[in-house]
Amino acid sequence: MSVRRLSWRTIVVLVGSVGSTWLSTSAFGQGAGADEAAVTIDGEYGYGLPPDVSVHGHEIDRLINVLHLFGFITLVGWTAFMGFCLVRYRQRPGRGATYKPRIKPVHIYFVVFIAVFELILDIGFSNPVLATAKQKLPTEKDRPIHVRVMAEQFAWNFRYAGPDGRFGRVGPQHVDQVMNPFGVDPDDPNGEDDIVSGELHAAVGRPVLCQLSSKDVIHSFSIPVMRVKQDVIPGMRIPMWFEAASPGTYEIACAQLCGNNHYTMKALLVIHDSEQAYEEWLASKAASELDDEEFDEDEFED
Amino acid sequence: MSNEADHHLGFWRKYVFSTDHKVIGIQYTITSLVFLLFGFSLLMLMRWQLAYPGREIPILGKFLSESIAPGGVMLPEFYNSLGAMHGTIMVFLGVVPLGVGGFGNYFMPLQIGAPDMAFPKLNMLSYWVYAVGGLIMMTGFFVPGGAANSGWTAYPPLADIATLGQTVWLIGMVFLITSSLFGSVNFIVTIVHLRARGLTMFRLPFFVWAQFVTAFLLLLAMPPLEAAGILQLLDRVAGTSFFMPEGLVISGVHQVGAGGGSPILWQHLFWFLGHPEVYVLLLPAMGIVAEVIPANTRKPLFGYKSIVYSVLFLGFMSFIVWAHHMFLTGMGTTMSTFFATTTMIISLPSVVILTALALSLYKGAIRLTVPMLFALAFLPMLGIGGLTGLPLGLPASDIYLHDTYYVIGHFHYVVAPGIVFGLFAGIYHWYPKVTGRKMNETLGRIHFVLSFVFMNMVFMPMFFQGMAGVSRRLYDQTVYTHGSAVQDLTVLSSWGAWCLGLAQIPFILNFFLSIWKGKAVDANPWQATTLEWAAPSPPPHGNFVTQPVVHRGPYEYSVPDRSDDFFPQHALAES
Repeated sequence: MSVRRLSWRTIVVLVGSVGSTWLSTSAFGQGAGADEAAVTIDGEYGYGLPPDVSVHGHEIDRLINVLHLFGFITLVGWTAFMGFCLVRYRQRPGRGATYKPRIKPVHIYFVVFIAVFELILDIGFSNPVLATAKQKLPTEKDRPIHVRVMAEQFAWNFRYAGPDGRFGRVGPQHVDQVMNPFGVDPDDPNGEDDIVSGELHAAVGRPVLCQLSSKDVIHSFSIPVMRVKQDVIPGMRIPMWFEAASPGTYEIACAQLCGNNHYTMKALLVIHDSEQAYEEWLASKAASELDDEEFDEDEFED
Repeated sequence: MSNEADHHLGFWRKYVFSTDHKVIGIQYTITSLVFLLFGFSLLMLMRWQLAYPGREIPILGKFLSESIAPGGVMLPEFYNSLGAMHGTIMVFLGVVPLGVGGFGNYFMPLQIGAPDMAFPKLNMLSYWVYAVGGLIMMTGFFVPGGAANSGWTAYPPLADIATLGQTVWLIGMVFLITSSLFGSVNFIVTIVHLRARGLTMFRLPFFVWAQFVTAFLLLLAMPPLEAAGILQLLDRVAGTSFFMPEGLVISGVHQVGAGGGSPILWQHLFWFLGHPEVYVLLLPAMGIVAEVIPANTRKPLFGYKSIVYSVLFLGFMSFIVWAHHMFLTGMGTTMSTFFATTTMIISLPSVVILTALALSLYKGAIRLTVPMLFALAFLPMLGIGGLTGLPLGLPASDIYLHDTYYVIGHFHYVVAPGIVFGLFAGIYHWYPKVTGRKMNETLGRIHFVLSFVFMNMVFMPMFFQGMAGVSRRLYDQTVYTHGSAVQDLTVLSSWGAWCLGLAQIPFILNFFLSIWKGKAVDANPWQATTLEWAAPSPPPHGNFVTQPVVHRGPYEYSVPDRSDDFFPQHALAES
């Protein structure tokens, strides 16, 4: 019995040491694409999961870790059994195979164990996380930051409601690639103060509720450090939410092949350390947008 | 079908437009092996861009056209073409035609003691439709804009608005699907009607069961994709919008005409084929492994009936798991939970089969022949592929891992070191039946060891890349900080792929040289029990000299109180 316990401990230590090696070597790979990045992305990135800066992401991480521990142990056990058979039952002169050897029903226990284990994972681990991600959207009580996300080949656009708290109507006929990426209806007063940004800004302590839509093809809105990802489908508006736990600048990626420059379709996520800092950014953005609009009107009058 | 008629056939009717299942099987095998090599070469080209983004491709770069690789550096559109065509070629032109068209055609009739397939002309038609479909696919590389570049999954609206190559791809797919349908009908009828006397369903070798279930999967799953392919073709050429929603703004232009369709509809139709297709790839290889293991452990397959029931259940379940590829399309949690649960359920028959195959080793007399080595490697490799499917099948962990390199690693472990190893096992195992000669053992062992090492070197790093959050199908992952942090893994994987390419040289040499130089062997060199070994090597037209009658199950090895350690299905009992 003690031997068995010892081997278990050895396995755990082995996994741990391999894992920590991955983490410690994580800085080694950096550099190839770093020269063009004017912005520094916060957090340590390496071979394992990237940093988790969300409030709920640890639940997904836990599930992933449990699954991999289980997979690793199963595979080691399985391979060990095969290795044992290959050594022990190699064909040798004078000893044949046993026609139908009697076997204790270990394999039946094994299949039953897998069934129960998967049921527990599905109902106990996966479903609650899924419910949090998809069903328990933040309500007004949680004071979420509402963002409209519009994907297009090959950029992300973000729109905030502005001081009136209302989003302007949109329509594809109003779209202008540069001036009006969302196609906000110029006749809708709610849209006048909408703020459009190429970066997603939010604050620690406030959930972000995104409504995702796409202008052209299917994209996928992925924020690895928030452990969220959602396909963005043209013709649909799909909600997705997350809440940041710590401030910093992070990457947003497109995860679904969307055309030739799919790989360049990235955006920045800026998490402000306080609500105040976020509001200040919003105000400065609103002011600059106002300047732009006045400038346009001047141009039109000429 | 008589032997005399055989001698009067001219060269063309005998070797090219033949109706003999063996000739067609060889045609399928050679064609699909060529496509596999070609598809793999596309991948080796892609791996250069991934490992060294923006650098000139050595040697080959000079020969590529300026429109796809100016200055020898491949453009993103060329990269996307390579990706889409690699997937399509490997799945639809390589692995399925090899497993079903090649092995199934040649050995299924032999294993059931039939003189040929039930519909020999349909069989010939199936091959030629496949060959034409393959040629059409290849022409995609020469049309303006290059071959299809919207991924092998061809999701609209991207595929609807893609360059001309996508139209060629769709036409090619329609041919390939039609070919599969011809084949599957033929397989089902043959297995039901042409079994030798005494060969009851539960005396069938597992390989035949695998082909039987595969044929049903093809027959039932392919038509929806064929329909979907034609609808997408209409979207592209006839101005319909089955998959185009309203209000699209493409490159700043509002699409006034389009509307009313659903991009999600394509995904449902595609994956309704797509998931059974996984088992279409897997089952023939699994069937081969289930033949190789008893012959080389010299004992019956463990739990033959459980395996058969499992494969039937697997085939049925494979039709109700498709939407686990679509957890992130915004489907409701009820739907997600349903498909997650069916996915967990479908893992169980796979566990049963793999466990039974592994337990078959217990108390055997194991011969480590080359086919046995590949069959043994198949088990843990498929195990890794299966176990890494679990985090993807649970919707919560899939949120993070979906569309990352983790997915690539997962399904390649199933297909490449898993299924392809199974198919290699089949080639080494049945080569003596087709040619009358064995392949060289030493070259075979070198091929095995190198392939095993480099397969893992290619695919293992992908799990870590995926864990790091790197999206799949990126032309250059170093634009992301989390991508450049794991760029060295990409380099490792690329070198693995190129070395894996070199590791196939011993196999290619062995495959051709053994036709003339291989060790000549008798009709049953492995001392196996199933009916194909009762026919001469190579089997003549009509297969069997005397029609075999079956007296027992397929894997009667080491039966107590017998002098031989194998008891062929057709042998009369010693009285």
